[in-house]
Amino acid sequence: MSFEVPAEVETKVDQRITHYPVSKRSAVLPVIHELQHHFGFISEEAVEWIAVKLELEPIKVLEVVTFYPGIRQSAPGKFHIRVCRTLSCAMAGSAELMDALCETANIDRSGTDHHHPIAVSPDGKFSIEFAECLASCGTGPVCLVNDDFHEAVPNAAELLAKYD
Amino acid sequence: MSDVKYISGKEPHPKERRMIFKNVDREGWDQSIETYEKDGGYEVLKKAMKMAPGDITTEVKTGGLRGRGGAGFPTGVKWGFLPPNNTKPVYLICNADESEPGTFKDRYIIHQDPHQLIEGMIISCFAVGAKLAYIYIREEFPEGAQILEAAIEEARAKNYLGDNVLGSDFDLEIYVHRGAGAYICGEETGLIESLEGKRPYPRIKPPYFPAAMGLYLCPTIVNNVETLCHVGHILRIGGEEWAKIGTPNNTGTRILCVSGDVQKPGYYEVEVGSLTMGELINDVCGGLKEGRELKAVIPGGSSAKVLRAGETFKVGRGDDAKEIDIWNIKMDFDTLAACGSMAGSGGVIVIDDSRSISWVLNNINAFYAHESCGQCTPCREGSLWMKKITDRLVGGTASPTDIDTLYDVAKNIDGRTICAFGEASAWPTESFIEKFKDELVADTNPELAGEKVNNEAQLAAAGLL
Ligand SMILES: Cc1cc2nc3c(=O)[nH]c(=O)nc-3n(C[C@H](O)[C@H](O)[C@H](O)COP(=O)(O)O)c2cc1C
Ligand code: SF4
Ligand code: FES
Repeated sequence: MSFEVPAEVETKVDQRITHYPVSKRSAVLPVIHELQHHFGFISEEAVEWIAVKLELEPIKVLEVVTFYPGIRQSAPGKFHIRVCRTLSCAMAGSAELMDALCETANIDRSGTDHHHPIAVSPDGKFSIEFAECLASCGTGPVCLVNDDFHEAVPNAAELLAKYD
Repeated sequence: MSDVKYISGKEPHPKERRMIFKNVDREGWDQSIETYEKDGGYEVLKKAMKMAPGDITTEVKTGGLRGRGGAGFPTGVKWGFLPPNNTKPVYLICNADESEPGTFKDRYIIHQDPHQLIEGMIISCFAVGAKLAYIYIREEFPEGAQILEAAIEEARAKNYLGDNVLGSDFDLEIYVHRGAGAYICGEETGLIESLEGKRPYPRIKPPYFPAAMGLYLCPTIVNNVETLCHVGHILRIGGEEWAKIGTPNNTGTRILCVSGDVQKPGYYEVEVGSLTMGELINDVCGGLKEGRELKAVIPGGSSAKVLRAGETFKVGRGDDAKEIDIWNIKMDFDTLAACGSMAGSGGVIVIDDSRSISWVLNNINAFYAHESCGQCTPCREGSLWMKKITDRLVGGTASPTDIDTLYDVAKNIDGRTICAFGEASAWPTESFIEKFKDELVADTNPELAGEKVNNEAQLAAAGLL
């Protein structure tokens, strides 16, 4: 499978690069975001492509990709869920929400660790991970599903039913 | 402001004074520039553009504005650190990383009132002479980033941005830069490294302020979202008037974000120092949960040292010196500092007697272990050790001496790192042990006294022998 960035994505990338008149390297994160938005994750080919685009050694892209929790190196599900793990949400039941979401979506998190935080359902429809404080601590438990923000999530089944 | 109505059920508490959050949950309000202008928006900018930039900084100093991002540093003084006779470009960065656990205020400004932030930024850029500015927004606000970009486009169309702003010879571009889920990008030099396209490793100090050397090694002003919004209000009513709000040295309003074990968690904008902890919890937040008692409060984001119910605090000096309990702490910068903690980011986390202190501390330690950038050994190793020890504590496999080890680890991070994350990660553990040692020790297992955590069998199994 050859790696190809569609023209409309590349246009957006080029547009983003113009926001950094002093240093193209500054565009690393924005370009990563455009590609991750399109492909779901950042593959080795994507790293190479970004390096060429920004005239950087690939390691300069890879060091960024491997640092940030918000950048994925493997494919998530069609709907990627991030449940807030931090104190106020934990007090509001985020661990229980995580368990209920996994059970409802048939996701097994037993294989996850610090370096592989994401678990995917067998049908590839949902993937899940914990995130740290999402800055809505007064309305916990909260989560993100792709780009949608959900607060005071009452019930796992109800939430997942919104995604098909 | 009597014409301002709020969405039913989301009305501000009578003890609030809404300036920054005037338009949050406001009935009939939207994010468009038309709505903002109809409400008097961008008039302050027009006024400010007729002033000498230095006079704007003077107004901000007169107002006594202190940064709302965490450290509470005087904003006008920070701006004054820009090198005189500077020939390099100056940059301004709005810190919209909002990632200190317990803090949720910038979120609402960004999502509901983006033009307030942009107007505050343009005025601030004009004051410090920045022609290029970035809003560094956390990646987990995808909608917020879109809203800000749309607002910037609207402002550009009206020539509040772009070349020759409002017919002057001042040019300004603002761009939105999204982070990628790392707490350390909130630390201003980590943020700058991240914006340069690198790993967000905080820079070694000195220089202590990016105003001396920041983005692309040029003078850079970094301010929090709420701080930059206040600049607009100071210019609107004048520094002297603004300084009358709040209490001396703790001026203006600020947004307190209350979460945890109260009846009505939420955001409350109050005059700084106008409320005590008791008034905040019992009046504004509707009290504790049914039948519960207060155990502890973390008053300024999870990095702030914990305050214990039942503890007494010495505040005031000379004739004003007195001892108070937790309920009578005034929620301002200086009083919270005098009580050994900090106002920090305004995130107040309330903990009642149903909670296990070991569990709370373990949750906090897991956060710091996950978020350490890894540059300094004490922080990288220590934050993980603290998590592992409290993991044992909640798992029932900690030995009684573990608490002293835990304290020792925290003390060895504190003061020995490149950035203030070191203190942020150590202070919860230090203060929890200082104030709740008995409860933590009670969660250890006496049968494990004297047992080595990593005994030889474990080390061999891990291939370390
Ligand atoms: C570990 C760490 C995390 C921080 N996170 C944030 C943050 O999320 N938002 C913020 O505005 N300031 C944060 N700060 C404070 C910034 O370094 C900086 O002081 C602040 O943005 C300055 O703005 P102010 O003067 O307007 O408060 C953090 C500091 C540290 C040490
Ligand atoms: S104190 Fe921690 S977060 Fe700060 S630079 Fe050192 S390792 Fe990184
Ligand atoms: S703790 Fe979950 S949003 Fe802050």
